[in-house]
Amino acid sequence: MTAISSTNTNLGTSTGAEPRGAKPKKAFSRRNIIIYGTLVVAAVYYILPLYVMIVTSLKGMPEIRLGNIFAPPVQITFEPWVKAWSQACTGLNCDGLSRGFWNSVIITVPSVIISIAVASLNGYMLANWRFKGADLFFTILIVGAFIPYQVMLYPMVIILRDLGVYGTLQGLIIVHTVFGMPILTLLFRNYFTALPEELFKAARVDGAGFWNIYFRIMLPISLPIFVVAMIIQITGIWNDFLFGVVFTKPDTYPMTVQLNNIVNSVQGVKEYNVNMAATLITGLVPLIVYFVSGKLFVRGIAAGAVKG
Amino acid sequence: MNTSVSVKDLTLKFGAITVLDKLNLDIGDGEFLVLLGSSGCGKSTLLNCIAGLLEPTDGQIFIKNKNVTWEEPKDRGIGMVFQSYALYPQMTVEKNLSFGLRIAGMAKDEIDRRVARAAEILQIGPLLQRKPAALSGGQRQRVAIGRALVRDVDVFLFDEPLSNLDAKLRSELRVEIKRLHQNLKNTMIYVTHDQIEALTLADRIAIMRGGVIQQLDDPMTIYNEPKNLYVAGFIGSPAMNFFKGEITTAEGRPAFVTNGVTFMLDGYKAKGLLQPGTKAVLGLRPEHITVDGPEAGNTHQAVVEIEEPMGADNLIWLKHAGQSMSVRIGGSRRYRPGTQLRLSYDMGVASLFDAESELRI
Repeated sequence: MTAISSTNTNLGTSTGAEPRGAKPKKAFSRRNIIIYGTLVVAAVYYILPLYVMIVTSLKGMPEIRLGNIFAPPVQITFEPWVKAWSQACTGLNCDGLSRGFWNSVIITVPSVIISIAVASLNGYMLANWRFKGADLFFTILIVGAFIPYQVMLYPMVIILRDLGVYGTLQGLIIVHTVFGMPILTLLFRNYFTALPEELFKAARVDGAGFWNIYFRIMLPISLPIFVVAMIIQITGIWNDFLFGVVFTKPDTYPMTVQLNNIVNSVQGVKEYNVNMAATLITGLVPLIVYFVSGKLFVRGIAAGAVKG
Repeated sequence: MNTSVSVKDLTLKFGAITVLDKLNLDIGDGEFLVLLGSSGCGKSTLLNCIAGLLEPTDGQIFIKNKNVTWEEPKDRGIGMVFQSYALYPQMTVEKNLSFGLRIAGMAKDEIDRRVARAAEILQIGPLLQRKPAALSGGQRQRVAIGRALVRDVDVFLFDEPLSNLDAKLRSELRVEIKRLHQNLKNTMIYVTHDQIEALTLADRIAIMRGGVIQQLDDPMTIYNEPKNLYVAGFIGSPAMNFFKGEITTAEGRPAFVTNGVTFMLDGYKAKGLLQPGTKAVLGLRPEHITVDGPEAGNTHQAVVEIEEPMGADNLIWLKHAGQSMSVRIGGSRRYRPGTQLRLSYDMGVASLFDAESELRI
């Protein structure tokens, strides 16, 4: 008895310890090397262009002509940014991106608010106030989400012309609101359907009607999905080029169209640093939106998708 | 008896599926009625129809002698408690309780008075400023009951209110609901699939199956004299033992024979004639069988297969008349598997069903 126990103790001390608790893991296992290697390569692949753009936008033209696009700027200058914002020429105007920026703001803010307000009501009705033909309505709306935009461009132009808003910012706002409807309605309907039905029933027994249930019950518990909808709409409308170029005139061009005109202008020297700065300025708004709301975005998408 | 809720010829169809078919039900003033059945029997559907949350295809609903078939839920004088509590997650307990009253535009001090009263009855005063997420399951269900309470309604509707709670809390809240009913004396309609809840709470139980009420009686009648085979099998845990056989005569008296084993039917209170030759099913509750009792009348020998001691009770499984059966005896009496024992029966509490119509004979 004693002999056995003593050999056991010896064994334990010589090989370190008996297995107990969490199993120790090697830091440089093959698995880890493959996983982290792949991640690093992918991250570099995505970050490198951004790096080149930022670096180039901070260089003067003589430095750019040296051709070292990966080299950091020897002398940092913000002149290209200033020029892109207020002096760059698009066609006849030479007042930079600032005009396009404010156009984009004027287009994006009402489009986002109106489309989300209408779509959330659509989704609420489809999920909770089943009306006759609701399924048919929903199917049509979903099919609408799969029709290529190009097909609808020409009819849309005619409709806007007949309404007398073709070429105006209001016209573009209408277009964005309409085209955001299918996907947003789907998003909201799925989210509201996933909420417990008994909550809605309890509110009805409590005497709440259509608007009371919407504003006092549904809206406060649906903030994540509203954030998701806002991100989708803000970035989508801000980045839109097709509708901007089709439905507006030079005075009302959104930022993306103006950026294109700056970068693609053919006279004179190509000012790479100004082009880069202009592109970064244009992309800044979606970038900020992502950074600020990234966490909420993921949570809302997961909540809407998994349970929907 | 004054009727409080009255359901007349209620039919509900979802497309081609008929959930309720011409259902009639009268519930007395102050009565505690339990709708009992397995899932999909239409009990919750019936409750939702009474609440006005589902539109019936046909039929009428009266509450306090007023036809409310087309009324909104809030105008029916009902309060409802749901299985998932359905508390508004963004509101405090107090706001949850007062939501309906605020919607109705009631004066502030009256709202405060009613909330305070409900909080006192349900002992949730200290929780008033908390959000539902910070409450336990039992506390949440109390708040849900309170939400019905503040509305000062005639009829309470409960839709499986205890099913989401663990066993201990369930039995505690069960008692509380019964106490609440005794104090308030409101009409309560309570849906459950749990027969213990039904037997303990109900003044009357309506057992439903396939959208049809199988039996509507007080708990003891349902337990002792089930109207048909379904009710007999549904009520009682462990379930009633059934023997398939036929009615005969032995020694000049009515008897039941199955697999060559004869049960004398002395003392059985038959509703009709015990016609020899009728194919029938004999039902014996495990707790109505005596083990090793006095040697008199109906006695059989059997061998113990398995015993399941449950503390207060001891459940013995035997092979008898070619099938498995269970017997419930006191927890202190133990029988090892393989032991030979003697069974005797009290036919006064047995049930006999026609094998074809499945109705009580």
